[in-house]
Amino acid sequence: MRYCLKRLMAVVPVLLGLTVIVFSMLAFLPGDPATAILGPYATPDNVERLNRQLGLDKPPAQQYLIWLGNILQGDFGRSYSLNRPVLDEVLERFSATLVLAGAALLLCTLWGILIGVRCAVAQYGWSDRLLTLAAVAGISVPSFWLGLLAILAFSVHLRWLPASGMFAVYGGGGAADLVRHLILPALTLSVVATGVIARLTRSAMLEVLRQDFVCAARARGIGERRVIYRHAFKAALVTIIPVIGVQAGFVLGGAVYVETVFQWPGVGRMLVQAISTRDIQLVQGGVVVVAASYVLFNLLADLAQHALDPKIKT
Amino acid sequence: MSGARFAASFAALGALLLRHRLAGLGALVLLVVAALAAAAPLLPLPNPDLTDLANRLQRPGAPGHPLGTDHLGRDLLARLVWGTRLSLAVGVFASLIAALAGSCIGIAAGFFGGRTDNLLMRGIDMLMAFPYILLALAIVAALGPGLLNALYAVAIVNIPFFARSVRGATAAIAHREFVDAARLAGMRNWRIIGGEILPNVAPVITIAMSTTIGWMILETAGLSFLGLGSQPPQADLGSMLGEGRNLLINAPHVSVVPGAMIFVVVVSINLLGDGVRDWLDPRLRAGQLSRPAAVTRIERADAGAAHRPDGALLQVRGLRTRFVSAGARTQYAVNGVDLTVDAGQCLGLIGESGSGKSVTALSLLGLAPSPPAVIGGGRVYLAGEDLLAADFERLRAIRGRRVAYIFQNPMAALHPLMTVGAQLTEAIRCHRRMPRQAALDEALGLLRQVRMPGAAARARQYPHELSGGMRQRVGIALALANAPELVIADEPTTALDVTVQAQILQLLAQLRRERNLALIFVTHDFAVLSQLCDRVAVMYAGRIVESGPTHDILARPAHPYTAGLIRCAPRLGGGRRPAAIPGLPPAADRLPRGCAFAPRCARRREACEAGKVASTRLSAARRVRCLYPLEAA
Ligand code: SF4
Repeated sequence: MRYCLKRLMAVVPVLLGLTVIVFSMLAFLPGDPATAILGPYATPDNVERLNRQLGLDKPPAQQYLIWLGNILQGDFGRSYSLNRPVLDEVLERFSATLVLAGAALLLCTLWGILIGVRCAVAQYGWSDRLLTLAAVAGISVPSFWLGLLAILAFSVHLRWLPASGMFAVYGGGGAADLVRHLILPALTLSVVATGVIARLTRSAMLEVLRQDFVCAARARGIGERRVIYRHAFKAALVTIIPVIGVQAGFVLGGAVYVETVFQWPGVGRMLVQAISTRDIQLVQGGVVVVAASYVLFNLLADLAQHALDPKIKT
Repeated sequence: MSGARFAASFAALGALLLRHRLAGLGALVLLVVAALAAAAPLLPLPNPDLTDLANRLQRPGAPGHPLGTDHLGRDLLARLVWGTRLSLAVGVFASLIAALAGSCIGIAAGFFGGRTDNLLMRGIDMLMAFPYILLALAIVAALGPGLLNALYAVAIVNIPFFARSVRGATAAIAHREFVDAARLAGMRNWRIIGGEILPNVAPVITIAMSTTIGWMILETAGLSFLGLGSQPPQADLGSMLGEGRNLLINAPHVSVVPGAMIFVVVVSINLLGDGVRDWLDPRLRAGQLSRPAAVTRIERADAGAAHRPDGALLQVRGLRTRFVSAGARTQYAVNGVDLTVDAGQCLGLIGESGSGKSVTALSLLGLAPSPPAVIGGGRVYLAGEDLLAADFERLRAIRGRRVAYIFQNPMAALHPLMTVGAQLTEAIRCHRRMPRQAALDEALGLLRQVRMPGAAARARQYPHELSGGMRQRVGIALALANAPELVIADEPTTALDVTVQAQILQLLAQLRRERNLALIFVTHDFAVLSQLCDRVAVMYAGRIVESGPTHDILARPAHPYTAGLIRCAPRLGGGRRPAAIPGLPPAADRLPRGCAFAPRCARRREACEAGKVASTRLSAARRVRCLYPLEAA
């Protein structure tokens, strides 16, 4: 419990720093947002008025504090290109991304661990070699290309699964429809992280299997299955879990490509569009929300690891 | 060089070759691709930006366009080569920038430590709080779309990775002697960093580069794919893919081909990177990351020859164990060991570290880790049954049930994440089926038998919550869990404090008497051994050099090595340890032809080094392996 509190406290400065980075990076862009909004033919008068409206005439530190105060109250400003509150748009988009990334994270955790353990158990056997090679291919594949191949194969030629969107345009809706639309993007998104987790699990298991307590468990006559899946795996999991936390970041970020390929209405695609239209408020809001939720997810991974490993004490 | 040796190292060697062959393949592919990309201006290719709307969307194989054309009729092969050139260049530059900036930060943090370190690493942590690609997106948003900006973004995102690993490597050597010496000599900081630190962290930087360059190529291509990287008419592989995406259904080759190129390049880089890591990481190179099998590999050269076991509980005859690893000389750790233990008897197995006593102890139940261990010959009879011929299930039924081990370091031998009680009940229930509660009751009984104070509370604790002495009591309780006939204790008190040592020894003596246990007690210390053991076997360079009743040998040692060991033993009741035996035991990979002790022996004569010294009978109970023993027969 004490540990939980301490970790929670440690998250606060990280979140603050995060907002500082996001704000300072995007607040002092070359070219000012007012011109971007009003277009190149705006009169200086209009620009100045808009600047005052946006609070851009105040010193940077004050601007930041005002902005921070606003986002703490849930006010991320308005998106000028969509003409709606940033937070509404971001939350709507982010929930779509969460569905996609969550599914992918589940898949890669499951498959990555299964493959990694299988490799370690059959070290240097043919299945190990094959799977190790597959894992290298997995971490090397551009997911935007893999997504296109998947669409070609499963949507265009086989016509098994829809190629784009989250729901069917006509008569869509419901969980079954969502799952049908989710399969290809989630699989595509999970491939790289599966490769990473498999490789790591393999080496973590090999590392653990060499340790004394494995030999000691064998000396006690404990069956090989139990030695590997209970003793060794339990110890290896302590190193695997933080990597899953890190992979969550890769999956969340990598969702940008997959969302673009599959036209998934997620926050990544929103950000790309916002960047192209120079909709700074929207970019800021999107980045802050996604990054903050990633920090919180890592906090969870950390607490899970803590629950698993009694040695980490405050 | 024998077939058996080769076969033993075959698996590891095969894997090594395979990995290196894959790395070689990666290097080859990469070389060809890079050469083509570099030579792009010289190749007889059409202008990649030349539009030809009459010939748009030609399929691969069209005349004059081996890979076809895109929606503007531009030649895809030419675009592919030029795009690869651009993507490779961008990836390499991004990785150089990240390596440079990250290494500077890492070296500064690791070298100066303290405040600087704290400040820099907090900053790095901050960057790592962002999901990887999101940060790159934010940076591109700030700088504006463009290939150069994408390059910077990807480089910045990768800085933390370099900074962290380089900082670790720097901090590890920042206070080593040679660095301190340079400081004392008045060398400037930057000269120390350039002359002493940099060469030492270079492998780390190389490893980090080999890990990240593939990512960087992927990520820059990805940003271009999103339309945030290279802008038309300039095209790298990613933007080719992005432009071709809209034609996916009618002309898939326009987007599939550049994607395949990215994939091939990145796979090659990663295969090569794995090879580089294998080569630079000494642990991987030594093949130490191979998984020990459940039973030691057994390749007995003397499979036909049988001994007739007599009535002893344990009889070991001619046991040989060697360590075989690819790329290293074979180590002969155990070279024909004979041991006999009767029911209820305690045998002390004594020798310096490296004498092969622990390997002998582990080999008895096939627990020596293989790879690299191979049992090359001999018999281990338990009540007449040859354990080295038993199948795994048979062996498993004996492990822990009839023969149990106590290990030297109880902290390492206990599972760190399981409670004491869980480990005990597991040990009980894996040999005797019983309800959990009954096993737990039995476990508490065992803890009481090993005089564990507050047994019930301790059972709920984890190993790290116990003291060293208590942990070893748990180790003993685990060994006794199924009332074995024979316990093999491998230096069970070496890792403990002196006072705790005495308590554990007392406990072992007591339990042995109460349960009529047979015990093999492995140690390097005659003082410890004399308290507990009826008989002694002295081991040197993988052989038993002397054996007999403890009191007899203590009083009148026959082998010069035994005499030396006794002289070295700390006297019971205090007194300083006299000088150890001068010299070192021979390396297990180059044993001398004659007596292995000869280089350290004061009684050595010419005959000692001429040939193998046989073990001779000294009296009914004693044997010695020496040509000129201190005690005559
Ligand atoms: S055989 Fe010779 S060299 Fe070896 S111990 Fe005996 S006396 Fe010394």
